[in-house]
Amino acid sequence: MNKTYLIFKHEFLHTIKSVSFIIMTLIVPVLGLLGIGITAMVTTLSEPSIEEITVIGYVDEVGIFENQTTQGLIKLVPFVSREDAIQALVRRDVTEYIIIPLDYTSSGIIQRYTLEKELITPQVKVEMIKRFLSVNLLEDKVPPDMVTLIVSPLNLEITRLNEKGDIALEQSNIGNIIIPGIFSLLLGLALMFGATTLISGLGEEKESRLIEVLFSSVSVRQLLISKVLALGTTGLLQVLVWLISAPLLLSLASFSGFMTNIQIPVNFLVLGIIYFILGYLLFAVLSIGIGAISSNAREGGQLSMFYTLSSFIPLWFSSLLFAFPDSSIWVVLTIFPITAPVQTMLRLGVSDIPLWQIMTSIGVLGLSIIVGLFLSIKIFRMHMLMHGKRPGFTEIIRSLKNA
Amino acid sequence: MTAVAVHHLYKSYTGKTAVKDLTFSVEPGELLGLIGPNGAGKSSTIKIILDFMKPDSGEVKIFGHQMNEADKNQIGYLPEERGLYKKLTAIDLILYLASLNGMDNALAEKRANVLLQQTGMLESKKMKNKNMSKGMGQIIQFIVTIIHDPKLIILDEPFSGLDPVNTEIIKNIIGNLRKEGKAIILSTHQMNQVEELCDRILMINHGSEVLYGDLKDIKASFKKHSVQVNVEGEIGDLPGVIDKKFNKDSVELVLAPDTKPQIILDQLREREITINRFEIKTPSLNEIFLDIAGGNHE
Repeated sequence: MNKTYLIFKHEFLHTIKSVSFIIMTLIVPVLGLLGIGITAMVTTLSEPSIEEITVIGYVDEVGIFENQTTQGLIKLVPFVSREDAIQALVRRDVTEYIIIPLDYTSSGIIQRYTLEKELITPQVKVEMIKRFLSVNLLEDKVPPDMVTLIVSPLNLEITRLNEKGDIALEQSNIGNIIIPGIFSLLLGLALMFGATTLISGLGEEKESRLIEVLFSSVSVRQLLISKVLALGTTGLLQVLVWLISAPLLLSLASFSGFMTNIQIPVNFLVLGIIYFILGYLLFAVLSIGIGAISSNAREGGQLSMFYTLSSFIPLWFSSLLFAFPDSSIWVVLTIFPITAPVQTMLRLGVSDIPLWQIMTSIGVLGLSIIVGLFLSIKIFRMHMLMHGKRPGFTEIIRSLKNA
Repeated sequence: MTAVAVHHLYKSYTGKTAVKDLTFSVEPGELLGLIGPNGAGKSSTIKIILDFMKPDSGEVKIFGHQMNEADKNQIGYLPEERGLYKKLTAIDLILYLASLNGMDNALAEKRANVLLQQTGMLESKKMKNKNMSKGMGQIIQFIVTIIHDPKLIILDEPFSGLDPVNTEIIKNIIGNLRKEGKAIILSTHQMNQVEELCDRILMINHGSEVLYGDLKDIKASFKKHSVQVNVEGEIGDLPGVIDKKFNKDSVELVLAPDTKPQIILDQLREREITINRFEIKTPSLNEIFLDIAGGNHE
């Protein structure tokens, strides 16, 4: 039987049976289910019943605020004086009260009194109080139907067109970023897991000198290519489990009212799989190089931090990506091979990525994998027998020249 | 066909010579002892033979040609420092590495059971390697080395860390492998081990050949003109004895060049001295090495 296949099979089975792989693979759907469940539970428990309508007291010193005292789930109750309002608050007849001072129409200032310790006033209350004030201010000055419009003048309905002027398949939506965002985070974690698995495996083989036994049976190329392919397949299996669980989670999320406006970008699935595989292969190739020059598994893990943490750079700056999606820095990160997988996934949810950028990014990634594999095999061949001592940079360069 | 032929091999690391002009060969059915102190260049020589690294100059031929991938199925290698996949069972490890040497799984399992039985490890075959003692692990590694019935076996310090019982078991298996026609290279710094097993030896020091040839011939050529005796009572002065060296339980009598050992034995009998031991002194490999290298170990 082909030796490459035999090592591939051994490495693949060894990895998928490991506790860390099982946890990493299952934790995504499990956490997703937990997240949906907890959100649904919190939402259900937090929904106020009819009896739980919030009662807010107010003292109208201007004398024009007496209508539309029920706004949604908030009921505004008038008090003649501040003292009466305070007494009502102390008795808990009201949850809070506001003072509309005499100079309100010129200053616009409203005083709010509450027993609660709050950093900011809840937005729902702000909106409802605002509506109450606006409706009363406009009453008798504009027609009733205009009052509603003035209070809430903007209700945007956005439609995205394609270049032909037809309605685009993919509409802009905050829900677009959710799946790519989660996926890019998982991708980064999976790449980190893959790199760590490969380096620790190589470290174990080097430290125990099993690597010498293996190389007395197979070639360096056979061993390393098998390891890279096994890791890539492991990653693919992982992403398949996640993708299979995704529709179930999404339907559960919609059913529970959590994340109802989710859209998956049209090219997300195809590009997601391509970048996942390429990312895994690149990190596997880099890990082989690091595994070759590391004196032990722990040192290899530390050295691999350079590229595993770098792959998270797009996530660190994701808020800037949302604010400035057209910056050229994102183009650089899309093409730079270490950040390309995560950056591309993130950008898919935020804006369109020109085809040339995607093609260049995939091309650079592919080239990096081939060149990286070539160099890693060379480095590995020269340094595979070393353990307990890490070669210096000049030694590595010399070995690349001589190999 | 010669199993291994090494010609004028040189290797150095950052200016330090590891192997210097080594030439030797190993034939099928022969056990060559590659001996020398630690750091003599034994492991470097083995790694060049196995094509783990390239020599600076010189040539290595395996089975009459430069080593190729197919030859690897015919080589069994036991490295000096040993380890196993901790999470695998002994039998799974043996079968995996046998498969990498092109062995059919059913045949490998059959042979593994025989070897496990011979080494007293059959009952532990499903034990995970991480739960094994060091000695057990070393037996498993030895089995891994020979499971695929290789024509060339290279053993680097095979007895290191083994208890006397296991050492004897491994020695017997090595002896049988030689009888089966395997070419074996046994590398060790424990020179007494090779005296029992090897046909020929290559003794190296500082990467260079010190001695190479038939073990009996080498020992004969270094034979001292002396006898080792253990007697009850005083020997006194004996004609033909020019020096006496007292050891813990014996005396080495250094003879004059024209004195035969038989004459000394006759003299002792004439004096009615009880003789417990009378032996013509042959030097150990260790003594030969010390003689040649002047005790200049690395």
